[in-house]
Order: sequence, then C-alpha cells, then structure tokens
Amino acid sequence: MSLLQLHGVTKRFGGLTANQDVSFSVDAGQIVGLIGPNGAGKTTAFNCVAGFYAPSEGHITLDGRTISGLAPEACARAGIARTFQIARTFTSMTACENVMAAALLHQGRVPAALATALQWLAFVGLARFADKPAGSMTISEQRRLAVARALAIDPKLLLMDEVMAGLNPSEVHEMVEVVLNIRQRGIACLIVEHVLEGIMPIADKIVVLDRGTKIADGTPAEVSRDPAVIAAYLGDA
Amino acid sequence: MSLKSILLLAALLAACLLPFAGLGTSHLNLAILMLMAAQLGAAWNMIGGYAGQASLGHAAFFGIGAYTSTLLLLKFGLNPWLGMLGGGLTAAVLSLAFGWSCFRLKGHYFAMATIAVAELVQIVFTEWDYAGGAVGLTIPMNKQGLTEMVFAGKAPYYWLALGLLVATLLATFAIERSFLGYYLRAIKDEPDAARSIGIDISRYKQVALSLSAFFTAMGGSLYAQKELYIDPNSVLSTALSIKMALVSILGGVGTLFGPLFGAVMLTGIEEVTRATFGGSGRGTDTIIYASLLIIIAVFYPSGIVGWWRARAQRWKTKRSNAAAAVAAVTSEGTL
Repeated sequence: MSLLQLHGVTKRFGGLTANQDVSFSVDAGQIVGLIGPNGAGKTTAFNCVAGFYAPSEGHITLDGRTISGLAPEACARAGIARTFQIARTFTSMTACENVMAAALLHQGRVPAALATALQWLAFVGLARFADKPAGSMTISEQRRLAVARALAIDPKLLLMDEVMAGLNPSEVHEMVEVVLNIRQRGIACLIVEHVLEGIMPIADKIVVLDRGTKIADGTPAEVSRDPAVIAAYLGDA
Repeated sequence: MSLKSILLLAALLAACLLPFAGLGTSHLNLAILMLMAAQLGAAWNMIGGYAGQASLGHAAFFGIGAYTSTLLLLKFGLNPWLGMLGGGLTAAVLSLAFGWSCFRLKGHYFAMATIAVAELVQIVFTEWDYAGGAVGLTIPMNKQGLTEMVFAGKAPYYWLALGLLVATLLATFAIERSFLGYYLRAIKDEPDAARSIGIDISRYKQVALSLSAFFTAMGGSLYAQKELYIDPNSVLSTALSIKMALVSILGGVGTLFGPLFGAVMLTGIEEVTRATFGGSGRGTDTIIYASLLIIIAVFYPSGIVGWWRARAQRWKTKRSNAAAAVAAVTSEGTL
C-alpha cells in the first residue's frame, strides 16, 4: 500500500481550476519529484497534501487514513512535514531553537527537545551554527535549517517546496546529499522542483503536472522521453 | 549561582528595602506607579510581546479585575485577596470571548478590534447601575490592615506592587523557558511555519491571552485597593490600554525585563514633565512627554533591551573578528 495517495484531487479558487482530477501516490521511503512549468498547479497540490488547502473534490490518504480537510497542524501530527519556498525560519530564534520548537511536538520537555534538535542540525550539516540567530544565516543555510526543523516532528513524509531554487551548484549538491540521507532514514520525500538537474538523478518517480492536470507519471527516464512532457516544457510546435 | 542571579537577588533585596530609605510620600508613590506600570507591561508582554499579538484593549482586563474585586467586596463582603484572585480568573475566562472575537483578525486589524472590544466594556460599565455606573465605586477606609488590603501608609502598597511584579516576571520566566515560550515566538515569527510543525496557533494565542488577562486583572484589583476609588474612566480607558503596550514596547517587546525598564522610563518622563511643566497649563507637559516618546521610538526602535542586545552583539562580533584576525596573522607567521 502506498504511504500517500491522492485520489482525483481537484482544487478550484473561484472560477480558476488549479488542480483537475490529480491522482498519484508516494510509497514509503520513496523520493518523488513533482514537476511542471510555471502555473502547472504544483504548489496547489502540495498545499492540499499539507493541509493548507482543502481539496474541492477528491480525497487524500496517508497510510490509508483520510487526511484531506485536516488543518495543517493536524497533518503535521499525522506525519506530514513540509518546507516553504521561502525558508520561513523563526528569525528571532537561534538555529537550535528553531528545530527545538518542532521537536517539542513529540518530546514535550525542553531538554529532550534540545537533544533531538542537535541531532537534526548535525544531520543537515549545521551543527556548528546551533547558536547562530536564524535571521543571520545564508539562504542555503536557512533552507537546510527549515529541512531540519521539518524532520524534527518525526514525519513519515517530507514535502519540500523548491528547496533547491536559487542555490549555486555546490549548494544544490549539499541539498541533494541531505535528501538522499533523508530517504536512507526511511522517510519519503515529495519534492516540488524547478531545478531538474537536482531532482532527476535522485528521484524514484516523477509526476508531471501541466495546467492543473497530471500529464505523466513514471521513472525519471520514462518521463523525460514522454512526448507530452517535452511538449509541455518546450511548447508544442 | 551565576553572577547574573546574584545581581538580580541583590536588586530585589534593595527594592524590598527601599521604603526604609527615608523617601518622601510622593517619591514612594512614584516608585509604586513604576512598579504597577512594570507589572502591567509585563502582563501585556505575554501576548503582545512573546506571541506578537499587539492588543490595545488590555484596559478591559484591568477594569474587569478592579471591578470584580471591588464588587465582590462591596456587595458580598468578600476579602480583597480572594477578590483579586477572582478578578484574575474572571478576566481569564472573559478573555475567551475577547480572543474568539479578535484573533480572527491579524496585525493592525487585530489591534483595532481589541480597541473596539475594550470600548464596549467601558460603555457597559458606564451604563451599569449595579456597578456604580459613571459615578464609580468607593472602597471604605474604616477597616484597615493586611487582611483587608487597605492601608493608611504607602509602603504596604509598595510591597504589594513589588510582589505582584515579581510574580508576573516569574510567570513570564516560566513561560519563556517552557515549550510555550518556543511556541509563542514561533507563532510571532512565522504563523504558517508554526502550523506546519504541529502548533495549534489559535489555542496557544488564547493560552497566552488568558495568562496575560489574569495578571493584568490582578494589577487592576491592586489599583482599586490602592486608590480606594474606581470609575470607568480611570480603569477602562483606551489611554490605559495604550500605556500598557507602550511600557512593553519602549522597554523591549518579548524580553523578560523590557517592561521594567520601559515602566521606569515612561513613568519617570511622565512625572518629571508633569512636575516641571504641568503648572503652566495648556498641556505643555503632555506635549513634551509625547515628543520624548517619539524621540525614543525613532532612535531605539527595538526598545531599550533590544538596543542593548544589539550593542552587546556588535561588541562580541568585533571581539571575535579581532581574535580571528590575530589568529590569522599568527598562523601566517608560523607558516
């Protein structure tokens, strides 16, 4: 059984249909890339999974349990963590406190949360920045901090929204390493990404959206040969 | 014990002994005003500072505290100590309605809604004959002593105000150290990110508001016992709400001791300008008071504590940069 399953998800904003009958699944421990041109509805689908939007039609299950319509905080408790396009770190806190705020969801006590937070900071390579104010970190560091914070709620599925956008090649490489390590921990990743050279080599599966509908779904190799995908990206002649 | 806690205890001891220092009544009264302003600022800071929900309606809680303990005393003969607790609990419960109606709005709109709710409370008390209406309520002075919380001298009120301030700061410290402190700062910084890590932001905003209302109302009860007279204008005015927020904002929002510095400065400026320019009439004192506030807001936008921290941070960076430079030179020398 799939970990995450979208069943015919449609999301309308007034007269605009951002997602039309989108179905796909993410298996436990899989890295799935959600790609598509600008305005394809990637972020909308992503926000439906994370509980920030309720689908207009269709439903979403996590481990067989329906989660669509739940609030974001309830989705987090159910095992879905997410990052944002802009890192949205808590800038009045240190890096460590950022991760502690998340670790407190399951730890309850501050000292236990501190220990967990330090582990996740080390996991994303930020151990030496533990006491640095989050607001004074670089974009790349803040992105990784946001990943550590998301992981600290002990999720089954991590949603990453354009986590590689705007990074230089060596920073992209660091982030790819982090994603591979996350999979090794048995945590599934659903990644919305524009940086195809970052996501294509590591994804187990790619889902392509265009104008709100799913146009392809398969391994990176299959998808990159798909005429519909090529047409969507390059424009049909 | 760290140097910081020794200094804090010494300051507390000095504060306890202040009434024995031979201050005149007016100076002791000024000290009481400072302590009471600091306590109210600290209570406001829980929701306005730590959780970042700037309320401009806190006079509602202050007034509810003052009226609850006074009405319980006058109508039912309830001891003011219990009345104070009752006032705090009443305000904490009523803050559910306050939060329910105001937390739907964010930022400036939230602040505007809190003003409206507080105005509503003021109107209700002005029209409510049972609570004395616009005339207000007077607490009789015939029974005095610790159990009655009525004193002829100023010093006991000073200790009461100090005790309440210490209690409020201890509660703030406990919040800051617990999970709640992390949650409130997360909600203040990035509400959406806070939800994404499982924080129920409506619930914790309400928790902070109820705690804040509880301590604000206790301050209101103390005010009633000190002045022995309350009316809607003195305990429910918007000016009072603004002052509670100002104390915290000037001192440094979301910091433990910010409201204390803010209160000393605000009350000090207020009283000095009033004493110096008040006699001239035409509100010269208010003009100077407001000008000084504007100057502080322009030059120290993050409050006194915020300014101090930024300065300390700059020193630290300078020192570590210097150390790094020295290290670089030394290592080059050895190469």
